[in-house]
Formats: sequence, C-alpha cells, structure tokens
Amino acid sequence: MNLSTKKTLLEVNNLKVNFRTPDGFVTAVNDLNFTLAQGETLGIVGESGSGKSQTAFALMGLLAGNGVIEGEARFNEQNILTLNEKAMNRIRSKEIAMIFQDPMTSLNPYMKVGKQLMEVLILHKGMSKAEAFEASVKMLDAVKMPEARKRMNMYPHEFSGGMRQRVMIAMALLCQPKLLIADEPTTALDVTVQAQILTLLNELKDDFNTSIIMITHDLGVVAGLCDKVLVMYAGQTMEYGSAEDVFYRPTHPYTQGLLKAIPRLDADDEYLSTIPGNPPNLLHLPTGCPFQARCEFAQDRCGESMPSLQEFAPGQLRACHKSVDGWVA
Amino acid sequence: MEVNNLKVHFNIKSDNAWPWEKGQALKAVDGVNLTIYAGETLGVVGESGCGKSTLARALLRLVPITEGNVVWLGQDLTDLDKKQMRSKRQALQMIFQDPLASLDPRMTVGDIIAEPLRTFRPELSKEQVKAEVRAIMDRVGLLPNVINRYPHEFSGGQCQRIGIARALILKPKLVVCDEPVSALDVSIQAQVVNLLKELQAEMGLSLVFIAHDLSVVKHISDRVLVMYLGNAVELASKQSLYDHPRHPYTKALLSAVPVPDPKIERGKKIELLAGDLPSPISPPSGCVFRTRCPHANEGCAQQKPILQAVSSEHQAACSRLADIP
Repeated sequence: MNLSTKKTLLEVNNLKVNFRTPDGFVTAVNDLNFTLAQGETLGIVGESGSGKSQTAFALMGLLAGNGVIEGEARFNEQNILTLNEKAMNRIRSKEIAMIFQDPMTSLNPYMKVGKQLMEVLILHKGMSKAEAFEASVKMLDAVKMPEARKRMNMYPHEFSGGMRQRVMIAMALLCQPKLLIADEPTTALDVTVQAQILTLLNELKDDFNTSIIMITHDLGVVAGLCDKVLVMYAGQTMEYGSAEDVFYRPTHPYTQGLLKAIPRLDADDEYLSTIPGNPPNLLHLPTGCPFQARCEFAQDRCGESMPSLQEFAPGQLRACHKSVDGWVA
Repeated sequence: MEVNNLKVHFNIKSDNAWPWEKGQALKAVDGVNLTIYAGETLGVVGESGCGKSTLARALLRLVPITEGNVVWLGQDLTDLDKKQMRSKRQALQMIFQDPLASLDPRMTVGDIIAEPLRTFRPELSKEQVKAEVRAIMDRVGLLPNVINRYPHEFSGGQCQRIGIARALILKPKLVVCDEPVSALDVSIQAQVVNLLKELQAEMGLSLVFIAHDLSVVKHISDRVLVMYLGNAVELASKQSLYDHPRHPYTKALLSAVPVPDPKIERGKKIELLAGDLPSPISPPSGCVFRTRCPHANEGCAQQKPILQAVSSEHQAACSRLADIP
C-alpha cells in the first residue's frame, strides 16, 4: 500500500455543538473541520471551556440532553452524527472507542474490573464468558498491568490512578477500534505515570495502527505524540497544522502566546510572557474574533467579523485577520 | 525558618479493626530537615502522596506534629500554645490549592480580604481597613468595583488573586503556597506566577512553593526540595538540581516531564519507573525508593540514607551516589 495516500478515516465538516440553557443558546463548538487518516494522531489543544471535550462527546454521540449538533462527521464514509442509538452502539467500541479523563469516576465501583472488561466483549463481539475472560487478561497484559489474571477479580478502588487508567485504555482497545478518542487521559496522573501511559499509547499506535484523537491542554503531551495539532479557543479553531509547523512556526497570536506562556524545563527565562485577561464567557461572545480582547494585534475589523479558517501554507490553516507579515488588505 | 527532623504521622485504623487493635502509623512526612532563608523561594516537588502538602501544613502547625520542631526566627513553634501560635500567624500565611473552595462563598470579596485585618488589627477604623483592602486589591490586579461581589462570580485565576490578596494583606514574612497554580489554565497560570514573583521582590517575602509541575517550580524557585514518600531525597539550588540531578528519582522525574517541542520530545529518552508508589503505611525498609530504583542493591534495604552534601549547594539522599553517574 502506498503510504503517502493514507486512507481517510474520519472527516469532520462544519461541526457545531449548541447547548440550550436557561440563558439562551451557548455555542460550545463552532464550525469545526478536520480530517484524520488511518494511523494518524491528532491533538486538540485548548484551555478549559474551549470546546475540546464537547467535540469528543459529540463524535461519540454522548452529548448531554440539551446539546444540539449541526454539521457532519463522516467515519468510513458514513455520517455518524445522524445515526440512531442502536446503530451508534454498533460503532462504539468496535470502531470508535474513548478513554475518559477521570479514571477514578469512569469505572463502575460496584463491578469487578474483569467483569467490566468482559462485558464489552460479550456485548460487542458475542464472545462466551470464557473467551472474553482470556481476551481481557491478554489485553491487560498488553497494557502492562502486573499480575493481570489476579487483578481481573479486583474492584476499581483497589487500583491506583495509573492502573485504573490502564484499565480504561485496555477497555477501549478490547475490540481493536480504528479510532481512539482520548480525552485528557493523563491530566489526573503524576508525571512519571503520565510518561508510562504516553509510552504505552505510542506503542499501541504502532502495534495496532490505531488513529488517535488526543484531547489535552498540555502542549508537551501533544509534542510527543501527535502528527497534527488543532488549537481551539472559545469553540473556534484558531490554528490547524502539522505538529512541526504549529510548534516551530506558529502564526496565530493565540498559539504564539500559549507557547510562550508555558514554563519550560529546557529554558531559564526569568519572566513568563503572559496572555492578558481571561477567556470570554461563551454566553456573551463578542462579535468577530473571540480572542480579540486579549490579542495584541487586534484591530477594528477583528470586532466586526470572525476571520475564516484559511490555508496560508500547504497543510497549515489558521483563522486570523493578521497576515503573516502585517495585515491582509 | 528552620525545620529539624520533622515527622508527621497519622494514626489510622482500618474500618474492620477490632476496638483493641492498635492503629497503624501513616508516615506522611518522615524526618525532613531544611532551612528557609529570608527572601528566598523554596520549591517543593514530588508526586501525589509524597507528603508535600502535609509538610506545608506542618510548617504552619495546621496539622499535629509527631516529632521534631519548626523554628521560626529563633522561636520553636511546636512549644507554643494555641494563643501564642495565633499571634505568630500574622507573619506566616498560606495560599491554598483550590482557589474557589478556599474562599467563603457567603462573604464578599472585600470581607474576605479584610478578615485577617479585623482579626489581627482590630484597632483599625472601617475607613482604614477599606483603604488597605483597596490598596492590596489594586496590587494583585483586582478592579476596585468587584469589592462587593461574591467568589462564585469570579474565574479561577481571579479567585486565586483574591486568595493572594488575603494572604498578603497582613504583610507576612513567609507565605506557603500549596499548589497555587495547578488548577489554572496555562495562560492564567503564567499571570499568577509572575504576580507572585513581583510581590515577592516588592515585599521581601520568603515563599515555600509547592507544586507537582517541575517546570513551574523551576521558574519560580531559588532552591528546590524533591520529596518521595515522606522523605526528602534531594535539596539543591535550582541550577544545580535541574542541570545535574543526582538522585535516581529526581532524574526519572525530570525525564518524564513533557517538553513542548516535537523534536526534543520525540528524541529524548525517558527513564521509566517500574511500578507504583508504595504505601506510606508500610514503606520499604532502608531507602524508600529502592523498590523502584534501577540502581538499588542489597545495601539499600539495610540503611536509610540521609541528605548528604554533594557540593556546597547540593544535597542528595542516596547511598550509591558514588557508584552512579
């Protein structure tokens, strides 16, 4: 197979997520577009409230009851946003699986870990109990769980945070999904455990050729794992490109500010540069660019219209009125 | 401030223990020695459960101290009774981890910031209190018109500014910051870190800055203490620690921190630690890190290593320092 023309696995077009609230509509995700090829890893970064988790929930069909989706997400040529619950259940786990942020609360505390794992296989693959047990043990071994067989009979509270996250990952991988959505999988974990989990994800990517959507606020995690990066702010895509481009040649003022604001282990600067102000309230978004109030390059037209996401270099897109040198006429 | 052989043990009993059974000691902090100099920032890092927050609380006597003492300007704080300790608290303040939970939701911002003043300086008139509150609010970057609002109306970063204002209004000499920025977004985190640095320079504060994020600690600290399972494993100046870590645990910890640079991040070698943190109820004998240490030998199980000088500004607690690079 020709590697340069990898098969497109997921294509998201104009995805919009609105929530009905007593105070009016809140747009959590606005006009999101991206494509993901087989075996590729996409990092979605942004601060809290930027809509990155809601994107994941929308793709999995797990939005809260007051959520309304527009746009389409084509997974293997099929729009998964309009599927009914039954059809979606066939895709979940087998085709798309998700790792949730909080390993402490995502597992059922009343069920033995083994039973929770086997349930997935019995439900989705129609395995017998004995088969499911063996397959689960094998998967726990694959995620480097020590004494996997013994741990099948334990409850989640008997596991440490890192181990619970391994259980979550094992559960997500049981049916060998083509796409894995990881929503802040390491945020609740210590750095040494985070390093273990990230190494594991990298290996799994190579072993199973799984595509991963990695949702995180930690740019360091993205740098190690992702091929492409999508930067979100207040529900809008700010910049989208390859990891190299976004990290070494960021062009959107928000991406630039974000990269400069991170204290880095490999630098000794005395003073951190900051992005002034606070993220906007999604209920009262300003017209135009949501970042204008905190942007040092903001001009009148930023308050008038939201800049569209445009390709300015091959494979690199961004939404900003400011051109790379000076302003677009 | 000087801390000598500080130990904080919690006595715990399992739920199904018989009434005559004795509880076990959970050694949250097990023999820490350190000195905090005037005007410096001491960073304390370690993973969750290593005792860094307990250490912070013990410094201000917010948890009962089992053994050892905390000497503040020549006065042993562990000797003081409640009333005497209270008078010392003026100079010793704390900033807490969760910005919203550490503010009383039913008090206005002005009342929250003014409360320490009303407690310690009741002689001040209402106008004087108000003037002081306004001055400190201005200093930490809170607009004067928010004085009558309630904490829930603020974002995390602003709540943390309120917490900082409350801690600083009495002009303390030592401020213990327990994970002050870990709940904040990157862009807000940078604002708060810079604010703390400025205020420290202005007021000549000593800071004890506790965090699990090694990059932030590197940024703000003069010296750094690394803790593991209630023990100090390495204490050194910032430069020395980050450039030449000596203890195997510090090395593993530093290599695990992701760097926002794809080439470096993909090229670097991570020293993965095997296994999980042992339970602090029954820590390993000898060196507590030996169960996960790649360099451990039989000797490590025998004797508990203490901090020993590697250079004038660098101490590490490892019995095999000479053998490992």
